[in-house]
Amino acid sequence: MIEPGLYHILFISAALFFLGIYGFLTRRNLITMLMSIELILNSVNLNFIAFNKYVWPDKMDGLFFTLFIIAIAAAEAAVAIAIIINLYRSHQSIDVENAEDLKY
Amino acid sequence: MITGSTILFYLLATLTLGCGILSVTTRHIFRAAIYLLFSLIGIAGLYFWLQYEFIAAVQIVVYVGGIVVLIIFSIFLTQQAGEKLPKQKSDRKIFAALAVFCGFALTMLQVYQHEFNGLETTKAPTVADIGKKMLSVGDGGYALPFEIISMLLLAAMVGCIVIALRSKPETK
Amino acid sequence: MPNATTIALIPLLPLAGFILLGLFGRKYLKSSSGLIGTALLLTSTILALYTAYEYFFVYGKVDGVYQQFIPLQLTWLEFSKGVSIDMGLLLDPISVMMLVVVSFISLMVHIYSLGYMKGEERFATYYSFLGLFTFSMLGLVLASNIFQIYIFWELVGVSSFLLIGYYYDKPSAVAASKKAFIVTRFADLGFLIGILILSFSSGTLDFTTLIQRLTSPESNEVKTAVVSTFLGASALTWGAALVFIGGAGKSAMFPLHIWLPDAMEGPTPVSALIHAATMVVAGVYLVARLFPVFALTTPAVLEIIGWVGAISAIIAAVIACTQTDIKRVLAYSTMSQIGYMMFALGVSKYGGEAGLGYTASMFHLFTHAMFKALLFLGAGAVIHYIHSNDMRDMGGLRKYLPVTHITFLIACLAIAGVPPFAGFFSKEEILLAAYQNNMAIYWIALITSGLTAFYMFRLYFNIFWSKPHEVHGEKHGEGGFVMMLPLVLLAVGAAAAGFIPFGEFVSSDGKALVSHFHLEFSIAPVGLGLAGIFAALWLYKKQNDKPQKLAAALGGLYNAAYHKFYIDEIYFFITKKVLFNLIGRPAAWFDRNIVDGMVNLTGNTTQAVSEGIKKIQSGKVQQYAIYFLAGVIVLATLFIYVLR
Repeated sequence: MIEPGLYHILFISAALFFLGIYGFLTRRNLITMLMSIELILNSVNLNFIAFNKYVWPDKMDGLFFTLFIIAIAAAEAAVAIAIIINLYRSHQSIDVENAEDLKY
Repeated sequence: MITGSTILFYLLATLTLGCGILSVTTRHIFRAAIYLLFSLIGIAGLYFWLQYEFIAAVQIVVYVGGIVVLIIFSIFLTQQAGEKLPKQKSDRKIFAALAVFCGFALTMLQVYQHEFNGLETTKAPTVADIGKKMLSVGDGGYALPFEIISMLLLAAMVGCIVIALRSKPETK
Repeated sequence: MPNATTIALIPLLPLAGFILLGLFGRKYLKSSSGLIGTALLLTSTILALYTAYEYFFVYGKVDGVYQQFIPLQLTWLEFSKGVSIDMGLLLDPISVMMLVVVSFISLMVHIYSLGYMKGEERFATYYSFLGLFTFSMLGLVLASNIFQIYIFWELVGVSSFLLIGYYYDKPSAVAASKKAFIVTRFADLGFLIGILILSFSSGTLDFTTLIQRLTSPESNEVKTAVVSTFLGASALTWGAALVFIGGAGKSAMFPLHIWLPDAMEGPTPVSALIHAATMVVAGVYLVARLFPVFALTTPAVLEIIGWVGAISAIIAAVIACTQTDIKRVLAYSTMSQIGYMMFALGVSKYGGEAGLGYTASMFHLFTHAMFKALLFLGAGAVIHYIHSNDMRDMGGLRKYLPVTHITFLIACLAIAGVPPFAGFFSKEEILLAAYQNNMAIYWIALITSGLTAFYMFRLYFNIFWSKPHEVHGEKHGEGGFVMMLPLVLLAVGAAAAGFIPFGEFVSSDGKALVSHFHLEFSIAPVGLGLAGIFAALWLYKKQNDKPQKLAAALGGLYNAAYHKFYIDEIYFFITKKVLFNLIGRPAAWFDRNIVDGMVNLTGNTTQAVSEGIKKIQSGKVQQYAIYFLAGVIVLATLFIYVLR
């Protein structure tokens, strides 16, 4: 086993990112889609921190980006939950296959 | 040589990725939320391993303690906790898996072909440094994004309340 | 320069009549529409006579030649510098003469129809159509531009169609109007191509410029046009021949004559106006208008014109000897007389004494209008009385229709060429022109004049003498004053018009032509005419069986002539079996399946493709996300690995 370095973390980050995308494309439930989005955002955070530590150790931009992304993700998750609740009220289901009104 | 740090790293990586996979594939919604929780804890652990304790703490407080709880509440609100989720069409899953795999391969190819210079590790910044930087208005300061984030949070709060408001019934 | 307004009013007054009576006549002006139409035309006729007086006597001759005036020229459609379709008025001796003829005959027909068409449901429509026709014909003769004459040519065709098919509930009338329009339209195709060739060769559409450019021997236009040939004939020959084809169709020359006998389905005054005196001479007028081009630049076409005219004359005369419908006899007689006019132009040369044929043709046009209109109106009076067209139902009518009898007799004498009536003088000049230039045509003309006298007097005797008439209690007499007045006026014209020194006014080059009157020359035609009259008298004055014996003796020839030489049947065969089956049906199939099919194909393809594509917008967010992801990956691969 080799010393874990930047590439390993980038591997994890990419894997999480694409896992999140897979979840977003595959899941039929709106809440599970939201969870996949959280995975994506987290992978991005990990990416920023990794680069901050290994490539630009004297600067702190990656760290701040991560901080702000966490704050924004919280806000966005709240708004998404509100929308899901509203959709549930009108459609009585949070199956994303039922929310296809804007079609041809 | 194998150090404790290496083993810890691989354990954390396994936890994160394993729970991530389970979270996106399981058919019980509550279990998906819990798997997400553990995945996020794994990521916080990775932050700890990278010696960025502040971010790790923020991650746990906001993400794990806030967002996942919010998700669990919404699961309860939409009465989804008990039943199994319906199955997705298999061709959709296969196509998505294929696309995702291609994307991942492309990304990793690019990453491994690139030479990153300056791979030495130094001490991570302290909380004091972070605090100073956050509120400084000078060069490289983050006071402006800080204020904007606060306005964003206000807007999000108001938006959530408005969207989720039950419309009042018409009074005769 | 004569006043353009006065002259423009001459055709425009009948047009106003057409519009007024056409729009309001049926509902509001029913009883007075006849008087309105007649009043407008009376004004028009007075203006035409005044213009003629002014032209011939006030403006007179300059250097011994009548001038050509163009009081009005408006550029309408300009194709390029110098080539434009203008609307203009052209005054020269033949157009002024035609103005007088057309407006006078039309006036006579208008007055006559007040009585003949009284009680018709569509009385106002009839007068509006008459107004349209008069407008078109007057516009035709005044046209200063070859395209303008084409426009009015077509308008005349339309008016003729409307008037022949006036009794639209009779299928035979409808069929006849269609036949007339289609045959003349077919000939007009030749006319149009001829116009295009001539205007292309000369670079202009204006008559004066065109004639000048195509007849001066050193002009560039003639040189280039003569060099370019097609199947052995020069471009100008083709152009002139095609223009003649248009004229031949309208003037019912063989073989485009099939529409004229059928056109007798229209009301009799219409036949008098259109198919005797005015429209059918439009072809003759056209040849006369372009006569310098025909005579000086393409004399070969003039030969053809001569022969076509002569053949039409004799064929029509032979057929007319066998027909029993009085209007058809008169129709074939018209065809024969127009044949005379055509071949008179055909044997004429340009300028001086040799241009006798031109003057004779125009003179015959003038006198023929008088006596042919008179014959038709008289036949109308007879038909009005007997209620039948067939001469076998008639006989002994001279006691019951006295005025009609006398005027009809005058007209028959005129057409037979008996002196001193008008037809004698004009026919003499034609025969003289033929004698001087083409002996073969002279003999044909001579024989035809004998036949003319014979069949006209056959008609006369069958109507007014033959067998005694049984009175079946007809309530009305001859017809009122309005029907007799035109007959009398036209009879005066038919009697006196011969004494006009026509050569003074109209000649091929404009200079006065003095016709030398040879007494010895007239012996042969007059003699033949009198022989024809006596033959008819012997056969038809009293009813007997000599005609049937003669017909039986002539056997096959009589049968062929009775069936109009089967020309209609040949046409029918060609169109039905050849054109429809071999050309029409495949063309229709092609149009329906392939042309329409292609258009439908584009429509259907678009629809099918859109049906397929619209499924992309399914409303499912995840599907959009997959497309997005796939697109991003493809583009990333493309940009990283392919397009470095």
